[in-house]
Amino acid sequence: MTRTLPPGTLPDTAPDALIVPVSTPARGRIARSAPLRREGPAKLTGLAMYADDLVFPGAWYGATIRSTEPHARLLAIERDEAFDWSRVALVTAAEIPGDNVVSLIRDDQPILVPVGGEIRHQAEPICLLAAADRSTLREARRHVRIRTEPLPAVFDPLESTEEIAHVEVGRGDLEAGFAEAEMVIEGTYRVGHQEQLYIENQAMIAVPREDGGVTVHGSCQCPYYIHRALKRSLGLTDGQAVVVQAETGGGFGGKEEYPSIVALHAALLSRQVGKPVRMIYDRHEDLSATTKRHPAVVRHRTGVTLDGRLVAQEIEVVMDGGAYVTLTPVVLSRGVLHAGGPYRCPNVCIKGRAMATNTPPNGAFRGFGAPQVEFAAEMQVNRIAEALDTSPLELRRRWAFREGDTTPTGQVLRESVAAVEVLEAAAAASDFARHSEQTRRAREARQSGARVASGIGMALGWHGAGFTGSGEVHIASVASVELTDEGEVRILTAQTEMGQGTKTIFPQLVAAELGLDPEEVEVAPQDTSIVPDSGPTVASRTAMVVGGLIINAARRLRAQVEAVTERDFAESRRAFAAEHGSLRVDQQFEPYPNVTFDDATYTGDAYPAFGWACAVARVDVDLDTGEVTVRDVVSADDAGRIIHPILAEGQVEGGTLQAIGYATIEEIKLVDGRYLNDRLATYLIPTALDAPRIEAILVEKPFSGAPHGAKGIGELPMDVGAPAVVAAIHDATGVWIHDLPATPERILAAMTGAPTPPAPGISAPAAPRGAA
Amino acid sequence: MTYRFVVNGDPVEVEVPGMRRLLDVLREELALTGTKEGCGEGECGACSVLLDGAVVDACLVPMCQVEGTSIQTVEGLGQENALNSLQAAFLETGGAQCGICTPGMLMAGEAFLAANAPPTDEAIREAIAGNLCRCTGYTKIVEAIALAAQRRSKHAEDPA
Repeated sequence: MTRTLPPGTLPDTAPDALIVPVSTPARGRIARSAPLRREGPAKLTGLAMYADDLVFPGAWYGATIRSTEPHARLLAIERDEAFDWSRVALVTAAEIPGDNVVSLIRDDQPILVPVGGEIRHQAEPICLLAAADRSTLREARRHVRIRTEPLPAVFDPLESTEEIAHVEVGRGDLEAGFAEAEMVIEGTYRVGHQEQLYIENQAMIAVPREDGGVTVHGSCQCPYYIHRALKRSLGLTDGQAVVVQAETGGGFGGKEEYPSIVALHAALLSRQVGKPVRMIYDRHEDLSATTKRHPAVVRHRTGVTLDGRLVAQEIEVVMDGGAYVTLTPVVLSRGVLHAGGPYRCPNVCIKGRAMATNTPPNGAFRGFGAPQVEFAAEMQVNRIAEALDTSPLELRRRWAFREGDTTPTGQVLRESVAAVEVLEAAAAASDFARHSEQTRRAREARQSGARVASGIGMALGWHGAGFTGSGEVHIASVASVELTDEGEVRILTAQTEMGQGTKTIFPQLVAAELGLDPEEVEVAPQDTSIVPDSGPTVASRTAMVVGGLIINAARRLRAQVEAVTERDFAESRRAFAAEHGSLRVDQQFEPYPNVTFDDATYTGDAYPAFGWACAVARVDVDLDTGEVTVRDVVSADDAGRIIHPILAEGQVEGGTLQAIGYATIEEIKLVDGRYLNDRLATYLIPTALDAPRIEAILVEKPFSGAPHGAKGIGELPMDVGAPAVVAAIHDATGVWIHDLPATPERILAAMTGAPTPPAPGISAPAAPRGAA
Repeated sequence: MTYRFVVNGDPVEVEVPGMRRLLDVLREELALTGTKEGCGEGECGACSVLLDGAVVDACLVPMCQVEGTSIQTVEGLGQENALNSLQAAFLETGGAQCGICTPGMLMAGEAFLAANAPPTDEAIREAIAGNLCRCTGYTKIVEAIALAAQRRSKHAEDPA
């Protein structure tokens, strides 16, 4: 539910932020109405076609044979000769026509481990099988043997000697800062894996094409990642590789890069069989093999003066990349850039490194490196507030970035800075000061036999909008708006709908420019044979970057049509099309004015703008069991401009609950580099009963570089939820939980002084083999 | 084995092994793909359907238990251009995002509405506790079910 602050309650410090009630009339050109979700009726009636719903007559079923060791040399793949292999297709690395590489950042991850090659994690694909029916496929699996020679495995990133990436940023004079400090607070914070847990598992269906290529239909965020991967490894031309997004049942980053592997596997099998091949993961395979949020160890050393000035921040970030590079350098980069939190500090040094371990590769997940480091940063701020005996709200009021401040990369925050606005909005809506006073009194009066304690906690965060550094310049996206032969308006982008609302907001943006109703604007299917490469659907860039491109394309389209017809576009478009045929405007990304970043020195404008978020959580902690109930959360998030309030709230509410899961229950335990809780019965996410009442407050501080002022919203709530919950647990119990998730075991250990449970994210060694 | 039962009001007859899952029969024999598979072990509720009015996970129901029953799936609710009041409430409030949990969530919601219990926040959350959603944080789903309950009860009170 959106809380609307009545006029006059806005704090003085927030003169130009706008807190948006759903019914506020439009201030900009974007209609502030909220059209219904474009594909909603199809989803609500069962007509929406997800990958596993698609029928291809004669399709075979595919399966992946995976490693069961964390590190080994592959000696042989043996087929049981007693089995009838004529009914089954088997594909090994030897059958890959092109490069045996999952194309991404670095060419280190094979599609299938070749014989003689190195197996680097427990779920590594070794070979592929396909059969016409599931029972033959199941039977065939039992008749393949993998012979290996074990190699020593590394599970702890702090012990690993294999560095995937390192990043360092800093400004000022750290030594001078600590010399000025009157108090130094140190802390080490650890976070484990988190699974995206989209409810639709990974799924791809490859269909052979008459031109010798392949069309792949499936669940994904980034059709062009898959397109590139197919071309390279199957030796196909642009036209021979076609990727079509099916309706996608959630992504959250988990369908950014992993679908390329699933698609490659399906395509290799279908090439062998000459028929469509369905590669549909079940939940167990999806949990066992696909990417997770990176575990991290974050160390802070912070210098403050006794009157509460922040004078020095020394931060070390170590991330566990898992067995292959995937997107880890970019995740680490975002992590390092956000590690100081949204605070002014003259002397900063942040060093980050990502290390390889023999665990399945970690990858993209909503927040992309920021939730890990912002948990640590906010823990540190809350602990400093306690050490200085000051309010965590007051300390943030003093430290939070304002316009004109400089970040650790030397970026001057010239505009669109809403740290104080989101802080004040969340503090007011949650009545933070009054509740803090109540919980303090309750804590002081608590008797030794008390059963339940209540607490309140807050966290402030920032999230760089769009790609880091010069990423957007490098990919040079193209998005198009077309007037068709029939005079219809159609948007052509590769931006996928996965629930966040792309198909609803894009027509809104274009319709507003063309004087049409959103319903009059079509969205072309996310099919690489139809739409241009407008870049991946990641990094909260869809609304900001691609939304900006289609607005500019629509403006040019309108101008070109009106120049000819000399009448309003909406009235004259059909006449124009009848006379002149179709007209398509391709809009390529142009760098935002005055935004420059030096990749070599890691200085300059790390992001064109930042979004800002503040969460306040209230919890009850059972003092006997350590169980935490999150009662309510207020999350105030600044997305520049809100395009669709209901969809934006949906992002805040959903992201907040994922953050609460991260804070309280979501943990993967590992033995010998294998995920132990690899089923939905053991990897738990919050249910409706676990979920608190979530209040979303939308704040608007527009970004002038985007024609509509929008900055993206999806990742913001993920950055602040967990530290707010852990601060509330501290407020209730008096103990700080440095490791996520704050499970009952960790809370009870902290309260009773019992030994701390093992650090999250690090595998236990293999259990000794039984001598039975 | 031959099994006869009713799906969305229509009698059907299928020839399948007794331990075949109802979920597979709906999706593969009857082409009713609105019912989704999320985990295959009764944890996520994406395959929730109504069996004689009770919410069940179709992935856990073998066909031998379906003989003679009446099954309702999402395809039996309102159609795309004529949504029923619960579907319409989901659309208006933003209760569906990626949509994969939605069919199951709607069936759990229908069962709750059919029971005519007071639509309190707590009661609605209890009713959908077996249906996981990773997109919405549940807030708007709870709102949607409450809104549909309000509209249906208002409708019921209206003189015919």
